[in-house]
Amino acid sequence: MRKILEVSNLSKIYGKGCPRCIESTGPEADTNMCPHCGSVVAIHDVSFDLHEGEILGLMGESGSGKSTVVKNLYFDQTPTSGEARFFEEDTTHEMFNLNAAQQRRLRNQRFGMVYQNPHLGLNFGISSGGNIAERLLMNDVSHYGEIRERAKELLSRTEVLLSRMDESPAAFSGGMQQRVQIAKALATNPPLLYLDEVTTGLDLSVQARILDLILEIQQERNTAMIVVTHDLGVIRLLTGRALVMKYGRVIESGLTDQILEDPQHAYTQRLVASAL
Amino acid sequence: MSAGYNFGFLDEHAKKEVRRAILKAISIPGYQVPYSSREMPMGRGFGTGGLQLTLSLIGANDTLKVIDQGSDDSVNAVNLRQFIEMTCPGIDTTTHLSEATLIQSRHRIPETPLKPEQVLVLQVPYPDPLVVVEPSEDKRKIMHGEADYARLLVKLYEDIVKFDEITISHRYPTRINDHYVIDPSPIPRWDVPKLDNSPALVLFGAGREKKIYAVPPHTKGEPLAFEDVPFRVESFNDAQGKRRACARCGATDSFLDEFMNEDGSKRYQCSDSDYCDETLQASKMTEAATYA
Repeated sequence: MRKILEVSNLSKIYGKGCPRCIESTGPEADTNMCPHCGSVVAIHDVSFDLHEGEILGLMGESGSGKSTVVKNLYFDQTPTSGEARFFEEDTTHEMFNLNAAQQRRLRNQRFGMVYQNPHLGLNFGISSGGNIAERLLMNDVSHYGEIRERAKELLSRTEVLLSRMDESPAAFSGGMQQRVQIAKALATNPPLLYLDEVTTGLDLSVQARILDLILEIQQERNTAMIVVTHDLGVIRLLTGRALVMKYGRVIESGLTDQILEDPQHAYTQRLVASAL
Repeated sequence: MSAGYNFGFLDEHAKKEVRRAILKAISIPGYQVPYSSREMPMGRGFGTGGLQLTLSLIGANDTLKVIDQGSDDSVNAVNLRQFIEMTCPGIDTTTHLSEATLIQSRHRIPETPLKPEQVLVLQVPYPDPLVVVEPSEDKRKIMHGEADYARLLVKLYEDIVKFDEITISHRYPTRINDHYVIDPSPIPRWDVPKLDNSPALVLFGAGREKKIYAVPPHTKGEPLAFEDVPFRVESFNDAQGKRRACARCGATDSFLDEFMNEDGSKRYQCSDSDYCDETLQASKMTEAATYA
């Protein structure tokens, strides 16, 4: 299997930071806020690899930094330090050394993002089809008929009623909005997809169908995904490998089955035990 | 009036700054050059941007034509012309396009093609085409820099979905020299193709928004559109598909204004009054020649 993403020593600190930030935060210190300077160490020293078609889970409680990892990799934020390499067939991109236009190209063409809150990923001022058109237009597809066809194809793939494709996502239910977001993320057929708490807040039957859809997409297109969730069920169902995070640090990583059946770290043990 | 005022109302330093901005605008076609728009003795929004360009460019040998909505006689055009005559002693003014060296206009580009030695100055209320999709100027600047105009095209997409055609009537976003997209001021779609490969220099001045930009001579100007839904200008065909003619001069190749007669019927007439007069004159001459 081909490696497509390699993240090493990724750190993000909010605030001015001080030399003692790192030693005074983390799971041992039981906080992510530095008591000396008040900076928040959102993530520190996160490293992992991701291969083609693989689904990696990021789990942990609220504020553990799992979303921050994804936001940095999607260029929503700039990391304080660390490196990430994105591998394409013939080129390797040092993600944080690229200029803004190159980053925008990766973001628009090679990555897809599905946010927990559809308001972040979709423009509610335009139609659902228009949202997908936007992503295609960013990639220089300038044929109206072709854009229309692609949008129809994607929306029917994600089971959105085509008769409603010209309505604003605001008129849709939460589950439908999430489907439109997934369709938009898939518009350019990206090799890498970030899913940030995609099923949180949806009812169980809708959750199940969205998760099925994600798995089918991974099978069909061999898309690599990073799934951020605090839901152990989602981790178990979707992911092959997982990282457990607490206070910005990775405290355990490995095969999902192994982590869930035989957790090593005390926090992971509690987390797994607390799941019903 | 001449006493106490510099030629052209603006002081020489102000003119120099505007000229420098003009040079930069010509060097980077379509780029909006910021400049320190001066206070003029009229409200912003009454053409102060165009006026400052004109006053910075005009010299004693120039012949000026001022148009508003195609007409030389509308209030705004008359006032601007009188102001410039008053503050620039020695210049000539005209209503005939062929005699003018400098043309200041609002809402129209003249029907008769411009000549290489002419300069057209357009008054602009909103210089940035991205303002409809992005409220932050910081972000708009980045989008312009990266030629990131997808969201403008989404607007066109939505139009076609809703109305089966692009419904922008004026201020049609136009890509200059394959990079920057400009708002070509409130000219109708009819006038947009005149920007493409124009023999004359076209300058845009936005006084309130403090921006100057340019379409240099012989530069590509391409209205945004889709491959399969091309840009098209206004149609002046009647219900039978016949091209309407100007009620006054009979021209069938000009942009027409619609007027309502007292009995409720409609009447169409050239928007460009100078062009209308000339066509009328020419037809009278032919008539006279036929009778002679």
